Amino acid sequence: MKIGYYPGCSLLGSSRDFGESVVAVARALEVELVDVPDWNCCGASSAHAMDHLLSVALPASVLASAARAGLTEVVAPCASCFNRLASARHAIQKDPALRKQVEQVLDVPAGSLATLAEKVRILNVIDLLQRCSDRIAAKVTQPFARAVACYYGCLLVRPGEVVGADRVEDPVSMDVLVEKAGGKPVAWSFKTECCGAALSIPNTPLVGKLGARIVEDAAARQAEAIVVACPMCHSNLDMRRGAIDDARGKKSGLPVLFITQVVGLALGLPPSELGLERHFVPVNLSRPAAPVA
Amino acid sequence: MSRIGVFVCHCGENIGGTVDCAKVAQAAGQLRGVVHSVDYKYMCSDPGQSILKDAIREKKLDGVVVAACSPRMHEPTFRRAAEEAGLNAFQCEMANVREHCSWVHEKGEATTAKAIDLVRIQVEKVKRDAPLHPIKVPISKTALVLGGGIAGIQAALDIANTGHEVILVEKAPSIGGHMSQLSETFPTLDCSQCILTPRMVEVARHPKITLYTYSELEKLDGFIGNFKATIRRKARKIDEKACNGCGVCTQKCPQKKIPDEFNEGLSMRRAIYVPFPQAVPNKPVIDTANCTYFKTGKCKACEKLCANGAIRFDQEDELIVREVGAVVVATGYKTMKVDRFPEYGYGQYPDVIDGMKFERLASASGPTAGAIQRPSDGKAPQTVVFIACAGSRDEQKHVAYCSKICCMYTAKHAMLYKHKVHGGKAYVFYMDVRAAGKSYDEFVRRAVEDDGVKYVRGRVSRVYQDGGQLVVKGVDTLLGGEPLEIRADLVVLATAVQAQEGSEELAQKLHVSYDKYRFFAEAHPKLRPVETNTAGIFLAGACQAPRDIPESVAQASGAAVKVAALFSQPELTREPIVAVVDRQPPPVFSNCVGCLLCKSACPYQAIDQETIKARNGDPIKTVARVNPGLCQGCGTCVATCRTKAIDLQGFSNEQIFAEVMAI
Repeated sequence: MKIGYYPGCSLLGSSRDFGESVVAVARALEVELVDVPDWNCCGASSAHAMDHLLSVALPASVLASAARAGLTEVVAPCASCFNRLASARHAIQKDPALRKQVEQVLDVPAGSLATLAEKVRILNVIDLLQRCSDRIAAKVTQPFARAVACYYGCLLVRPGEVVGADRVEDPVSMDVLVEKAGGKPVAWSFKTECCGAALSIPNTPLVGKLGARIVEDAAARQAEAIVVACPMCHSNLDMRRGAIDDARGKKSGLPVLFITQVVGLALGLPPSELGLERHFVPVNLSRPAAPVA
Repeated sequence: MSRIGVFVCHCGENIGGTVDCAKVAQAAGQLRGVVHSVDYKYMCSDPGQSILKDAIREKKLDGVVVAACSPRMHEPTFRRAAEEAGLNAFQCEMANVREHCSWVHEKGEATTAKAIDLVRIQVEKVKRDAPLHPIKVPISKTALVLGGGIAGIQAALDIANTGHEVILVEKAPSIGGHMSQLSETFPTLDCSQCILTPRMVEVARHPKITLYTYSELEKLDGFIGNFKATIRRKARKIDEKACNGCGVCTQKCPQKKIPDEFNEGLSMRRAIYVPFPQAVPNKPVIDTANCTYFKTGKCKACEKLCANGAIRFDQEDELIVREVGAVVVATGYKTMKVDRFPEYGYGQYPDVIDGMKFERLASASGPTAGAIQRPSDGKAPQTVVFIACAGSRDEQKHVAYCSKICCMYTAKHAMLYKHKVHGGKAYVFYMDVRAAGKSYDEFVRRAVEDDGVKYVRGRVSRVYQDGGQLVVKGVDTLLGGEPLEIRADLVVLATAVQAQEGSEELAQKLHVSYDKYRFFAEAHPKLRPVETNTAGIFLAGACQAPRDIPESVAQASGAAVKVAALFSQPELTREPIVAVVDRQPPPVFSNCVGCLLCKSACPYQAIDQETIKARNGDPIKTVARVNPGLCQGCGTCVATCRTKAIDLQGFSNEQIFAEVMAI
């Protein structure tokens, strides 16, 4: 299976652990990741807050590059990149006037974006792993036999008509993957609650307060880890653990893992290849797994 | 040569403001066969009708075209006028130059030209109109009422009290419907069962009402005045005549872990059961899906204990065929289930319940004898949050409409709760309070002002469990959009009212139309609210749209009057727009070759075959025959006929072709 790969800025910077685990797991699952040639910034939070045209044109340019390289599917592991690429594709399909404007900006033939939006599909990392789920189940050598709380956040599930998530209010796609990897997802209340997102920088105490409730509930349900598929969720729950602990008034060692790291461990990949040592909250896997009921 | 009169109506400005009516009349006057042509401001007025009548008499007209509004509005008016002047009613035609022309086009030459075209088309039709005579059919003066809730009960009683026979069919083991489950009713807080059960008893005792409970309509054939209803009486596995309703079987049945539908699953019932103490009829029914005997072949405890030998394990469903003249559909509604709300816990939290469950908790006949106890641990909840518009007015839940009853019953629930748990706190999250009914708004104000229910204008985004409580996250949009979090012990969702289960199939059985939400469609939203587009079938209650009790009762009485009016006639008059099979003198006899493709194409089973016989009785030819009593004039057979031997009276092939050629 050959799939376009759009790492975006996070996977090469603040979330290198995510990037490393995506690449390692893809290799283990025999998925060939091909970098989208000459890819550019997705626009992130800044572009769509400031200029709607720019926020569609930047991801559209990525789509155009992918199409030129003959790619029909692009995986964007970062949830924000995924959301921007999917939103732009949706906008191109639904808004012909905007599409024409973008075509002018990118200097591509009129109508060409409509064709390639049809042609190039955007996947997030859950979509990719779901596609390989039978292969994962077959290749598991060290089942991740721990109770985990799957945390989806907002970007992977909203808006429903753009991202096509399984169940917007109560997604289960990651829970199913965790089960394939041998884990036991817990039923909990904060699957899609806000982590504070970009307020991590201007208002860290608020992110601490929001994260505290997420960590609190996951711990109360006896989860041994929180599993995420979004660099933003990860940094807010992991890097901001100090602020979270301040808000809770107690310390918590509950680690936060990317879904690719969980799958990678189950496939028997060494922790170092999965970037596990890069976390702020240590992932202590020497602790014996709690018996899974 | 025809002598046709054309009358062009201005309809005030409706037509005259857009179409040059004088020019239309002048152009019509030039058409071959037209001997008289005028325009007038209001043709439907008395003077307008006089103009038509005088012209028929004076000019000896043999056909009339009125260019005015839709025939659905005034065709009967002008046909009656034509008839009074001695013309056959079916030689009066209408050209619709209002809905089909002036209302949908700008003023201008082209619009007037189109009006002239429409007139020319009808002139060509009327030239070929043969005089027709209405068909008389007898009426079976028995009404079929489907559904034994309050609407069906009221309709049945009202019709029966006019002296006509009524058959009341209810699918559940007892009549009573949703109303029998309610605790108190708004806006008076009188006990629902106390006002309903006398009506139920009246139905059971009424000499003109035949009650079939635990029964469903299998099939409906025929047409207004002459329906044939096939009713399936599901096997109760009880001999109703032998059973004296002593109740021993329902107390001794060892299978006692079946969620009780009447109590919305808040209590358990046996496999042989009477749904509730005041059930009518008070005869038990065996739930064969859960009965130990039917599952394993062993037990028969009820049979051993029944002193009257009334248990019949081998009883089968029974099909009853009855002739009825009219049908009242009163099949009610269902409510959206709590598991449709992932944001409120997907039905996984025992203390997030719907309004009907709350009714059972608050009802003196309910599982808690009227004490408000939450399902998880039976404790009296100290804080209750009521969420109005749960699913209603929410496109995401595919319910864009207002469920209408929730504002009122939510106020009632909050009030009942405050009356029963004195120190408790009640919150109501609402979009806006719709209390437009007699004494309704006063009732809501009473909840707010006298009982201290806290109304919060805003939506609830999420409910989740935390410890033994439920955390309700919402917003108060009247306090500057402040997010709000309430720790509650019980959450009650006022879930959307939806069309009854199986309403689509029932509509197809009855040949009535339904809207996109599967509520049955009335014939006209304002002027014919209890009729359907199928003659002889009427609607009552919440099967048509969400309705409360007073409205359901009023509508049921309205439907009953429609049935009584129908039954007051000695026989029915039907339009003679029916298909006829060609007959000719010998030696051809008929163009029909007897292939009978038309018979299989007819949706109304109106076609059978007949044999043309010689004088000595020898068969000459087998041809199709249309039963004019059954034919609905749809024309399907005409299109199917390979030899053009069937034609539709009043809309013959020749007429249609002439109309098309006139354009």
